[in-house]
Amino acid sequence: MSPLLSLRGLSVRYPGSKASLAALDSIDLDIAPGERLAIIGESGSGKSTLALAIANLLPGNALVQGAVEWPGLGRKAENGRDIGFVFQDPSASLDPVMRVGDQIAEVARANLGVGWRAAQALAIQLLDRVRLPEPKLAAQAFPHQLSGGQKQRVAIAAAIVGKPRLLIADEATSALDTIVQAEIMALIGRLVTEEGMSLLFISHDIALASQIADRIAVFRHGRLVEIGPARQIVSNPTDSYTRLLLDAHLGIDPHLEIDAHLEIDA
Amino acid sequence: MSADLLSVSGLTKRFSRGGKAFAALDGVDFAIAPGETLALVGPSGSGKSTVARCILRLVEPDAGAIRFEGQDLLALSGAALRSMRARLQMVFQDPLAAFNPRATVARLINDPLRIHGLVPRAERPAAIAGLLERVGLSPDLATRHVHEISGGQRQRVAIARAIATKPRLIVLDEAVSALDVSVRAGVLRLLKALQDEDGLAYLFITHDLGVVRAVADRVAVMDAGRIVEQGEPAQIIGAPTSATAKALVSAAPRLLGGETKQTRE
Amino acid sequence: MSRLFLRSPEAVAGTIILALLVAMALAAPWLFPRDPLAIVGPAMLPPFQDWTLPLGTDRLGRDVLSGLFHGARTSLAVGLAAAATSIIVGVLVGTIAGFAGGWVDEVLMRITDAFQTVPGFLLALAFVSVAGPSLGVVVVAIALGAWTQPARITRAEVLSIRERDYVAGARVIGMHPAEIAFREVLPNALPPVLALSSVIVAAAVLTEAALSFLGLGDPNRVTWGGMIAEGRAVLRSAPFLSIVPGIALVLTVLGVYLLGEGAVEASAVKRGNA
Repeated sequence: MSPLLSLRGLSVRYPGSKASLAALDSIDLDIAPGERLAIIGESGSGKSTLALAIANLLPGNALVQGAVEWPGLGRKAENGRDIGFVFQDPSASLDPVMRVGDQIAEVARANLGVGWRAAQALAIQLLDRVRLPEPKLAAQAFPHQLSGGQKQRVAIAAAIVGKPRLLIADEATSALDTIVQAEIMALIGRLVTEEGMSLLFISHDIALASQIADRIAVFRHGRLVEIGPARQIVSNPTDSYTRLLLDAHLGIDPHLEIDAHLEIDA
Repeated sequence: MSADLLSVSGLTKRFSRGGKAFAALDGVDFAIAPGETLALVGPSGSGKSTVARCILRLVEPDAGAIRFEGQDLLALSGAALRSMRARLQMVFQDPLAAFNPRATVARLINDPLRIHGLVPRAERPAAIAGLLERVGLSPDLATRHVHEISGGQRQRVAIARAIATKPRLIVLDEAVSALDVSVRAGVLRLLKALQDEDGLAYLFITHDLGVVRAVADRVAVMDAGRIVEQGEPAQIIGAPTSATAKALVSAAPRLLGGETKQTRE
Repeated sequence: MSRLFLRSPEAVAGTIILALLVAMALAAPWLFPRDPLAIVGPAMLPPFQDWTLPLGTDRLGRDVLSGLFHGARTSLAVGLAAAATSIIVGVLVGTIAGFAGGWVDEVLMRITDAFQTVPGFLLALAFVSVAGPSLGVVVVAIALGAWTQPARITRAEVLSIRERDYVAGARVIGMHPAEIAFREVLPNALPPVLALSSVIVAAAVLTEAALSFLGLGDPNRVTWGGMIAEGRAVLRSAPFLSIVPGIALVLTVLGVYLLGEGAVEASAVKRGNA
């Protein structure tokens, strides 16, 4: 089966930064239809640049080499229709002075070519699917009336309204507390399965990623250092940096010793 | 009770939101012994940060008492309050927001030394260098601006600033949540080392049980402005009794924590 | 910063105009050592007739070019001094009001309101007529009407900065509130006020000209406003007497605006890149 998305020799450089430091350095990566791929990395790893490059959202001055191809589509991808994007901070991605139902309806109208009335009905339907209580009332709310987790649910609804083939979640849960994070993770997992979407899950947290991803790709300083099935990466990593990330994970499982964690050198 | 470094009782604070008053804190009681690490955990909006800000006198509680080193903290004001602050410090979540954007590293660490008159002016550069080395940074960083250093370095500078006045208690408000995981381990190790050397006590505010397990002597679980459960980390993580603690434990990310989690909601 | 600054054409034009004006002001006593109020030739000599008096003479036979140069001194000095005074007073009042809050804020802002309800020019006019025209009085008179805007902007900025973590951080280390206000908060509240400073300088230059036009400037100094007023009586027969200082005034205000515009743009680009 041909991959949905295929990156070949993708390099991204920002002018003004040191010539030796590419934000992304010759990345080769495939995402299969329906696959859940996690991109793991710390600040400066290039993981967010990767997401922006795939969604064609890089700033105009970025120097891009290599190819972003969509064999699974057979054409260039369009944001909204083919790619849904969920960002870290839902308050920044939602319009503060527009009712959330209207924001989702707007996306529906733009991407599905339906009328306003149908788009609004669809918005309410979607708010129900992302499990907002009382979706009809919620559609009338403004973003500031919702909690962080509820806003992220709205952002997810807006991301999937165009029935995209690929959902990109860029640190979509890192601004949330662990309880809400677990709920949003479960929601993303369920929607991806139901819609048959591919998922690009970008995170700094390898444990979180291991719960949702089929494959994990570890990035460092713009390079892909290791990629493999999630179980293999977690239980049997080959790269020393991957091992470092795993060791730095502070779990709550009682068989691991507290001091053992703190001996690990960064 | 007299052995406690800090004791908080009946702490209550109401805010009004949209014209309606709601209790951010609703009778919070806890105590911290010298040299102890108490973790305060809870979901966002549970009141953890309000507790921190009340203890630091950044927010005035509506009711309750806070005693620090046997002194009534809420009775202090003016110069007496300012001089007490040498012994009670805080590290914020986002060091970039917690530092004056125009400041250099040297100025940030110099400020507490100057204000509390701890080190004569001529000896301050050496003292600053010493503090930077203590938190594992090169003294060369002193001349840099805060936006010129990395997030991990910034948080170490924040720690150097906090320990400059030799405090007995440091409140850490989500102090490691924004750090990269590989950097976080080093900062936690530094905090532990400083505690062992100086007998510091920490009030460690977080929503991450993994961090709690790594650093805390005791845990207090907060929800909706109340403490719903207190105990040792192993006990609370292993056998939580309150609904909040149970939810926190089940939500904590685990490496390949079972396929059931991702589909359940 | 300076490279960015010089990349915008407005900034370059503004810099050139102001540099010329400053050069004029500085060179005035050296190029025209004689008192510009002294009579040097026949009255109402038109420009470009006599090359020792290139811009001609006024009703009393005084050198127009010399007046223009010496007038640049007054205009720039009064404009800058009045703008600086109003910005300093405004920033101080705004910082204290915003940082202290409570009744201090209430009192200071009601005083600001009171000053704002009276038109600034009327205030200046009243003040000069009571205190008598001299350079210092004119500066204070202009500042009296111009300090309210920087005060309001500073206060708004301080109100937002006051809630930031680094102010809490300064309190936590035991910093005195006065030091927090003036060392931590004020410098960070300045940029929007400084962005406004070109408008304030330009307005001050114009107010000074208007006061002089009405005969309320320092009588012992040549001013552009005074020159325009002088020429008004013979506007039909010798329009150049009003037009020449008028052009100088327009160029000054334009130069200040362009420079301010360029500076704001350059700092915005710099911030965008950071």
